[in-house]
Amino acid sequence: MNVGLEHYLVVSVLLFCIGMLGVILRRNLLVIYMSLELMLNAANLALVAFSRFNGHLNGQVMVFFIITVAAAEVAVGLALIVALYRKRQTAHVEDLTTMKL
Amino acid sequence: MQELVFYLFAGLTLLCAVLVVANPFSRNPVTSAMFLVLTIVAMAGLFVLLHAFFLAAVQVLVYAGAVMVLFLFVIMLLDLKEEQRRRANQFGWVTGIVAVGAILTIFLRAIFESGGPGGLKPPALEGATQPLGRMLFTDYLLPFEILSVLLLVAMVGVILLSKKDLK
Repeated sequence: MNVGLEHYLVVSVLLFCIGMLGVILRRNLLVIYMSLELMLNAANLALVAFSRFNGHLNGQVMVFFIITVAAAEVAVGLALIVALYRKRQTAHVEDLTTMKL
Repeated sequence: MQELVFYLFAGLTLLCAVLVVANPFSRNPVTSAMFLVLTIVAMAGLFVLLHAFFLAAVQVLVYAGAVMVLFLFVIMLLDLKEEQRRRANQFGWVTGIVAVGAILTIFLRAIFESGGPGGLKPPALEGATQPLGRMLFTDYLLPFEILSVLLLVAMVGVILLSKKDLK
């Protein structure tokens, strides 16, 4: 059975749903952030699969940009988490209930 | 042969992804970070199967080599205690699983009932560095320059956010 586009898309969809489960169900801030990265990776996989099966390189260029933007986002998000941890001494989502710093 | 390699890498990706989210080994976020590194490397294998060689190398270098190292630095810096087991929110679990199941159903139906390409044979295409670089510097030049400004802004933001007193 030849590996077609649907196989890659199913893998991407499952990866996205696992990441979403992690964001919804886990209570540690860092694990939530890592599940967010999983969702980004799922989108990357879908883009590369489509780019391959349509015969042009636009999807790959987009993935290049997404990886760069994800790296910048991780840096800023982790700086925010560190600042929050310095203030509240907790990385548990259920303790961070007020918007007031 | 290629199907075997695909199933191997896809299974490894999904297994490590599940272990990132819900690992029975420990409640330490370091374990989740390690499994995320494995997931990213397995996804680089999937990229190689899709003939995106430069992207596979970039994924391993940037994502697994820089982003996850930054994650691990921050996890070690925060030095979290072993996360105590709080009372698991039953309502949250049920709602979360129902929501994800609904989205999974929508996605799978969109894939399989769209009557799209089906088993379309992939056309021969080189995902090598030179065509990608040419496209990056001609068609996508403006996003490329904007991305460099974005990286500068992110760097300035990180330095500002990690000052001791946020005034």
